[in-house]
Amino acid sequence: MRLTYFRHGVHPPELKQLTAEVKIRRMPYPSEIIIPLRQHTGKPARAIVRAGDRVERGDKVAEASGPMSVPMHASAAGTVRDVALWAHPDGTRSPAVIIDVDPNSPQPQRPRMVPEWQGLSPEQLVEAIRQAGVVGLGGAAFPTHIKLSPPKDAKIDTLLINGAECEPYLTTDHRSMVEYPERVHLGIRIMMRILGVSRAIVGVEENKPDAIAALRAAAPQDNHVTIQSMRVKYPQGAEKMLIKSLLGREVPSGKLPMHVGVIVQNVASVATIAEVFETGLPLVERIVTVTGPGVRRPSNLIVPVGTKTRDLLEACGGLTPDAREIVFGGPMMGAAEADLDAPVIKGTTGVVVLTHAEVKPQASYPCVHCGHCLDACPVFLNPQLLGGLARMERYEEMEQNHLADCMLCGSCSYTCPSNIPLSQLFALAKAALKKLKAA
Amino acid sequence: MTPSDLLITASPHLSARDSTPKIMWNVVLSLVPVLGAACYFFGVSALLVTAGAVLGAVVTEAAFGQRGTLWDGSAAITGLLLALTLPPGLPMWMAFVGGAFGIGAGKLVFGGLGQNIFNPALLGRAFLQAAFPVALTTWPVPAGSFWHLKGDNLALPFASPHVVDVVTGATPLGLMKFDHAGTELWKLVLGVTGGSLGETSGLVILLCGAYLAARNYLNWRTPVSIFITVFVFAQALHAISPARYADGMFMLFSGGLMLGAVFMATDLVTSPVTHLGCWIFGLGIGVLVVVIRIWGGLAEGVMYAILLMNALVPFINRATQPRIFGHVQTEKAA
Repeated sequence: MRLTYFRHGVHPPELKQLTAEVKIRRMPYPSEIIIPLRQHTGKPARAIVRAGDRVERGDKVAEASGPMSVPMHASAAGTVRDVALWAHPDGTRSPAVIIDVDPNSPQPQRPRMVPEWQGLSPEQLVEAIRQAGVVGLGGAAFPTHIKLSPPKDAKIDTLLINGAECEPYLTTDHRSMVEYPERVHLGIRIMMRILGVSRAIVGVEENKPDAIAALRAAAPQDNHVTIQSMRVKYPQGAEKMLIKSLLGREVPSGKLPMHVGVIVQNVASVATIAEVFETGLPLVERIVTVTGPGVRRPSNLIVPVGTKTRDLLEACGGLTPDAREIVFGGPMMGAAEADLDAPVIKGTTGVVVLTHAEVKPQASYPCVHCGHCLDACPVFLNPQLLGGLARMERYEEMEQNHLADCMLCGSCSYTCPSNIPLSQLFALAKAALKKLKAA
Repeated sequence: MTPSDLLITASPHLSARDSTPKIMWNVVLSLVPVLGAACYFFGVSALLVTAGAVLGAVVTEAAFGQRGTLWDGSAAITGLLLALTLPPGLPMWMAFVGGAFGIGAGKLVFGGLGQNIFNPALLGRAFLQAAFPVALTTWPVPAGSFWHLKGDNLALPFASPHVVDVVTGATPLGLMKFDHAGTELWKLVLGVTGGSLGETSGLVILLCGAYLAARNYLNWRTPVSIFITVFVFAQALHAISPARYADGMFMLFSGGLMLGAVFMATDLVTSPVTHLGCWIFGLGIGVLVVVIRIWGGLAEGVMYAILLMNALVPFINRATQPRIFGHVQTEKAA
C-alpha cells in the first residue's frame, strides 16, 4: 500500500550505516552521575535528597512538581554529593542531583517498584507511568502521562507509533525495533488499553527493512497493529507530518494530534514503557546512538541517565583528532554541545560527533529567490520572505506570516544554496516575540 | 581534545551540496553550447560580441560591486545572456556598454545580487536598443568562413563603422511582420536564419534548459507555461486567419522566444518563487509576446514582455502563497 505521504521536505544523506548494524551494548557505570531536575517539557522536578544521602539504583531523587512534571530517579547506586548547578545539555547551568557512584556496588536489580500492568485500570497505568518518570524519548521529552490522558471529549481512534527516525545518523529507534520488537508490541498493548483504542499503526521508514521485518514477525495475533513502511523523507518523524503520511489527516494549525483523533508516541518511549513494567524499575537508562566520523567506535549504548558526555564518549573509544563539534540529537535539529560535563538526559536520542570536514564554515550569499526553501518547508511557509523580515527584525510581520507554524525542522536552511541560516533566524525571532509578549 | 577546540554552530549541521556560485557557474556552463552554436553560425564575430558584453558586465561588477561578488558568477551570466541577444555584427564597444549598463543600472544600483527587480541582461539590451537602434537591427545572414566578420565588430567607440561586406537580411519575425513571408520550421529549429547570437538554435537552447531543469537550477514551469501560452494563443489566431497570423510552431521557434523563455524568464532573482506564480508569470509573458509581435510596432516582443512581467513578480509572489499546513480546518472551525 502506498501512502498519502506528506508533501515538501528534504532528503539529507542518511549516514546511518555507521551504527545501523551495531548491536546495543551496555556501557560501564561511570564514577559520577548528574541528574538534572529539568529533563522534560513542563515544570522541573523538586529534589528530595540531600548531600550525604545513600541512594540505590531506581530510588526517587526528585519529586514531580505539579501535573506537568515527572519524578527523577537515581540511575546508579551511590552517595548524593550535592544538589547544585551543573552544565545542562541545553547550554545553561541548571539544578541537578550529583551522585558519586559506589564503585563496589553490583548495581543490583531491586525488588519491583513499578506494579505489574495486567491488573491495573487505565488510570492506575497512567499513574504508574508517571511515577516511573517516563517522558517522550524521541527528543522533546514531553511527559508521557499527559499524552496518555486526553480530555474526555477528545475522540481518539488511532494510536500512531513513530518509528520514522528521519534524522540522519541516529539508529536508536532502529536498533530498539530490531532487538526489542516484543517490548514494542507490549508497550503498544499497554497504551492501547489506556487509550481504549482498537487500532495502532507503527510507521517505519523503508530504509530500516530489518526493523519492519522484526516488528512484523513479533506482532501478536490478538491485537490490531499495522506495521507500515514509509518512503524516506525528512522530517517525517515530526508528529504532524507522520499523521499526514500515515492517515492523510492534517492537524489544524496550533492544535494537537488529538484534535484529529490521534495520539503519537515515539517507538523508544513505547519500548521503555514495556521495559518499566517488565523489570519494575523506573526510567533510569535509555538507548543512545553515539556516532559520527569524529568518534572512534560508533555504538548503540544503554546509558544510565545522567552519564556525562565525557564518559559516554570514552565508552566509545574517545574522539578522533579531527573531531570538532558534538551534537546532542540528530544533525538536523540537534544542538551543539561544548561542555563535556553535560549529562545525557531522558530526551537525548543520540550524540553525533562531526569532524572538521563537516563543520568547516561555508560562505553565505545573498538570497537569489531560487524558491528551494518554499519547496522544502513541510508546513508550506515562505522562509525566503520570513528570512528577509528576520534580518530586518520585523518580528510582528513574521508573526502575521505564520512564523508560529514553523517547527524549526531546518529543512529550509539545509536546502538554501546561499547558506542563509534561516531556521536559526526563526528561532531567534520566536524568542524575541516571546520576550515582546511577556513585556 | 579540550572544550576550547569544540565548535558551537546552529542546527542544521548538514547542508545540501548546492551553493549559489555553483548554480551560477552551471548556468554559465549550460550557455557554452548556445554560444558554440552562435560561433558555428556567425563565426568569430559571435566571440567578439560576447567578449565585449562579458567584459563590460564583469569589469563593472569588479569596479563597483561588493567585494568578492565577481566570483559568484552572476555577472558573467549577465554578460553572456546579453551577448546572446545582440546582432553578430555589433561593434564590441557597444556590447561592452550594454554589459556595463546591465550590471550597473540593472543590478548594482539595487544593491547587488538578489536585489534587482529587472533582468539585468535585458535591461542592458533595452538600453542598447534605445541608444543604437540601427546597429541593433542590422541582421547579417549566417554565411561565410569562421574568420569573416559579420559587421564592423572592431569599430572604435563613436566612430562611424566601416561598411563591411556582409549579406544582411530581415529576421524570420521581420519577414513575417512586414512582408508576411514565412520561414521553414526546420531552419528555425536548427537556427539557419538571420538574427541575434542566441536567437538562432532553438534546439540547443532547449537541451541546455533541460539540463538546468533536471538539476533544479531553474523552475521548468516558467518556460513550459510560456511555450503553452504562446503556442495556444498563436495557433488560435492562425486558425482564424492563416494568411495574416503565423502558426504556433513558428511563434515558438522564431526570434528570441526560446532564449528568453529558457534563460531570461527563469532568472532566479527576477522570477516568482512559488510554482503557481511561475505558471502565471509564464502566462503573462506568453500573452505579451504574442500581443507585441502581432499588434505592436516591433517585430520582436520577448524582451519587453519579460521586463514588464518582472515588475509584477513581487505582486505575483504575494498573491500565490501556498496554503499553510493545517490552516483550512482552523478557518472552518472558526
